[in-house]
Amino acid sequence: MSTMDQIELHSLVLLRLGERRFALAADQVAELVAPSRVFRFAHRTPEIDGVIVRRGRVVPVCDLAEPLTGKKLHYRRFYLIANRQRGVSQDWIALPVSGECELINADLMPAGESDSAHVAAWISHGGEVIEVLNLNALTPGPHNEVGSRDFAPEAHA
Amino acid sequence: MRVEIPRKTPSVKTEQIILFRSSGQIFAISSASVQEVRSVDSLAGTPQEVNEPSIPKVRHLLRRGERNLYVVNTALHFGLKPAHASLIFMLRKSRTALLIDGIEKMTTITRLQALPHAFCHEERLWYRGLTVLDQSVIPVVNPAGFLTSDELFLLDALAGRTALPETHVIPELGLST
Repeated sequence: MSTMDQIELHSLVLLRLGERRFALAADQVAELVAPSRVFRFAHRTPEIDGVIVRRGRVVPVCDLAEPLTGKKLHYRRFYLIANRQRGVSQDWIALPVSGECELINADLMPAGESDSAHVAAWISHGGEVIEVLNLNALTPGPHNEVGSRDFAPEAHA
Repeated sequence: MRVEIPRKTPSVKTEQIILFRSSGQIFAISSASVQEVRSVDSLAGTPQEVNEPSIPKVRHLLRRGERNLYVVNTALHFGLKPAHASLIFMLRKSRTALLIDGIEKMTTITRLQALPHAFCHEERLWYRGLTVLDQSVIPVVNPAGFLTSDELFLLDALAGRTALPETHVIPELGLST
């Protein structure tokens, strides 16, 4: 068995938020859609910007740019519809992104103890070290599992 | 010869709702939970002022028989800018009345979607869910979500200390504006 065969590659979607790129496990991505009208109504969850309607379903919009880059996203090129697993329930969340998304395969480096809760793992791609996001830690929900990981990659020998 | 059994078409559940305005925003409420609609002017002189600093959204109470009805300013309840309120919804089987800007229309919905889990604060109590109507998303309010039992207890205690004179008892009317 060659060394290449021993490396377990994971499918990931690279997304751009302003100047930075992040990755998300591909099985958490439902689709990438063009921006549509955001409906807003009174609520008390500041992380949620509003909702969009996708395939008849109401999907909350959560801008991750501010918590991840410190700047709000002024230009929304697409909405990446992500699928969050919370216990037995699943729900969709729309993440505004500022550029094209790319499907890649990469080897995951496990997140360390000192990494923020929103970091599920790390990848090295195109000369960049990129955070793989833990959506449950980044987006609001009833059981915000801060500190938990969306998936814990095994360390590779 | 085979006899074809006619398939039953599943009946679509519908619900009649009232779309109302509060501080320029549209909300929906099930018409079944509204017992009566009255104009604010028709209540002039009858409400008693309430001043409980911890519940600023309630400024008035009405006597209905033996019960106190607490008038909730919906704009303040939803954290919106207070606007000119012109109507009051007396809610059915409730001790809450809602001060609203006006009625937009009555319509029927066939689908009520659960509030997505990402909404995880007070709005979970405020809304029964969301509905898509005329290419807009409208929150459908939970009639029981305007005053908690603790708030009602506090308001009752306050009202008990300042009992209403008989002249402040308003008669029950039908569903009218």
